[in-house]
Amino acid sequence: MIQQTALKLSPLDDLHRRLGAKMVSFAGWSLPLQFAGIIEEHNAVRREVGIFDVSHMGRFFVNGPDASRLIRRAVTYNVCRLQPGQAHYAVMCAADGGIIDDVFVYCVAPDRLLVVGNAVNAETDREQVASLLEPGMQAAIEDVQSGTAMIAVQGPDSEELLASALTGAVVRTLPHHGCMEFELLGSPAFIAQSGYTGENGYEVIVEAGRAHAFWQGLLAARARPCGLGARDTLRLEAALMLYGNDIDRTTNPFEAGLGWLVDFDDESFVGREALRRLQERGVARQLVCLKATDKGIMRPGFPVLQEEDAVGKVTSGGFSPTLGVSIGMAYVPSRLAAVGTALTVDVRGRPLPVTVVRRPFYKRPG
Amino acid sequence: MAGSPKDRRYTREHEWVLLTDGEALVGITDFAQEQLGDLVYFDLPDPGKQLRQNEKLGEVESVKAVSEIYAPVSGEIVEVNPKVNETPEVVNSDPYGEGWLLRLKPADPKELEKLLPAEEYDALVATAGAEH
Repeated sequence: MIQQTALKLSPLDDLHRRLGAKMVSFAGWSLPLQFAGIIEEHNAVRREVGIFDVSHMGRFFVNGPDASRLIRRAVTYNVCRLQPGQAHYAVMCAADGGIIDDVFVYCVAPDRLLVVGNAVNAETDREQVASLLEPGMQAAIEDVQSGTAMIAVQGPDSEELLASALTGAVVRTLPHHGCMEFELLGSPAFIAQSGYTGENGYEVIVEAGRAHAFWQGLLAARARPCGLGARDTLRLEAALMLYGNDIDRTTNPFEAGLGWLVDFDDESFVGREALRRLQERGVARQLVCLKATDKGIMRPGFPVLQEEDAVGKVTSGGFSPTLGVSIGMAYVPSRLAAVGTALTVDVRGRPLPVTVVRRPFYKRPG
Repeated sequence: MAGSPKDRRYTREHEWVLLTDGEALVGITDFAQEQLGDLVYFDLPDPGKQLRQNEKLGEVESVKAVSEIYAPVSGEIVEVNPKVNETPEVVNSDPYGEGWLLRLKPADPKELEKLLPAEEYDALVATAGAEH
């Protein structure tokens, strides 16, 4: 018997089941894999608008006058630069420079910042920040994962949908990566212009008790419910990282192409010295984007070959509904990382020819 | 849910085979396409190839997974459905009709007796479905 521990359920779990979603377990959560079908949902987000229940995402506020100083100690990006209403992608590293998580940090107010990370790392992220709290620092962690739902509204029509549906004019005032707290259905809520699909989109955190009404309102406004399947194909086309696949404790920000998130200013942060050394040494391998030039699908774990030699492994891979071929990412030696390099992926013993292409695979028009 | 068509036989690996005019039409079941989700590629052998019952004959890739396809009966491949290469989603929409995979010249029609009739196959997938 496989030992099963109870899966965590989103506040929207019953609605998903009623809609006939195919459920799957992911990072300890029971979540929709798909509703109508992955390709249909994928295309809805590229062309119109889709909504995702992302309540599994780790999320906690840090409150107090020293909130940004505390978070700065835990991440590579200097979040002290963020003005209220701004947000930035960041990496949390261990002392050796290995990646603990990739997170989004939102500055709601000078003394109130939100950290959103991967479900699988929710506790680690919180503990990392808490461990850096020193006596005399005025900052406290407020975990909001259990009392709220998080919903991503993604696609070219997302602004229209949110403006018309429930949030009134709030959404129109948000700049790129902007964020704010507001009132939704009479309860405190949070909205940011961000996402994981490569489209314009928003992420909303709403009190669990208001989640049903908000989700139903979006559905009534003809948003397409989407599952983790489409979330994965969309983020892969946008070449966004999946923690555990493309980045983990054994990879560093430079080889993952996240070096632009490392700020070596006068602020101290975990991993600073190791990352400095890694940067000086240069990267031996790099995460590259691979596009198949024939039929066949590369999937995570498949060997990447140059002639007969294994030179890496696919970290993320699958079928791109937008491009109509298989795409993937892999760490390869830096000498093979140039755009245009021809390589092969071993698909269960059959060679699939692939080419290193520019990142990302898909960029939204305009 | 409507049962599987009663005019054909099924394997435990979710293929079907239908005998017509001395030939055998082979495909994958509605349960198989439903489990796999959006189908994107079929890797099937060329006409002329001899298949033995239960041997792996090819693969199907969906957006989320890959699955092997086994020969429900022995025989020589007469035709591969060109539609499944051009528009693999036809197998999602019509697995028992337009979405057939292969036409075979069966070596021994008696082999069909080893396969499941529709009622037994439906019972099998009812159990499998309950696990999901």
